[in-house]
Amino acid sequence: MPGAESRIRVKRIDGVIQVEFVDRNILDEGNIQSIGDEVAALIDADPSPRLLISFANVEHLSSAALGTLITINNKIRAKSGQLRLTNIDPQIYEVFTITRLNKLFQIHPTVADAMRTFA
Amino acid sequence: MNHAAGHRVRDVLSVSNDPAVIERAEERVLSSLSQFHYPKASLFAVRLCLHEALSNSFRHGHRGLPENTPVRLSFDATAGQVEIHVEDQGPGFDPAEVPDPTLEENLERGSGRGLLLIRAYMAEAEYNAKGNSLRMVYKRPAGA
Repeated sequence: MPGAESRIRVKRIDGVIQVEFVDRNILDEGNIQSIGDEVAALIDADPSPRLLISFANVEHLSSAALGTLITINNKIRAKSGQLRLTNIDPQIYEVFTITRLNKLFQIHPTVADAMRTFA
Repeated sequence: MNHAAGHRVRDVLSVSNDPAVIERAEERVLSSLSQFHYPKASLFAVRLCLHEALSNSFRHGHRGLPENTPVRLSFDATAGQVEIHVEDQGPGFDPAEVPDPTLEENLERGSGRGLLLIRAYMAEAEYNAKGNSLRMVYKRPAGA
């Protein structure tokens, strides 16, 4: 489980790991590395991870954060798991659109919408 | 150096690879735009591009250089646009050699999206011939 310095908040609901970010700005590379490590540990600990990442509190996000999301996606796929992204601010969603990563990730408007799509 | 002469705000900053210093530099540019009441979407775009430019300089441009090597940041903001220069002290690179991250075969690559985002949001974005200095111009959207 994440420790006192955690950059994420984690809940487990109906077998789904729900992750939310502590920071409003996911820009600093050190923090992004920490987030990647923490989420990787959650994935490693689950034989078939079902992971939901909420961007509810996020106002800024860098391309380094996108790179970490891709790494997370690859880790989950390697374990035949599932990843959903939710609550993405329209400005940040535009970043996903520009980079075409909206085609790579399954993105849903709300947590409830995303939860319904887990197999 | 800091000039706030009537209808423009200009400044030159030396930015080191420290998250707090980078954040202060970004805030300096954004606060100048706030003086001209740029909309929230503009602040988002400029901050993202500035962060990507500085990040590229430190991560790629300064690879192999001492950790404390600074990047020179200058900007010139008016009510209609902001021109930003980010110059590192590295050997430079050829932007044409950066793979297009939106191509199907590159979609899962972990990096290479910073320059794409800069080009998407900025009206102008060009490197000097050496490839160590980026000039970018953000233009305020019409009516905003």
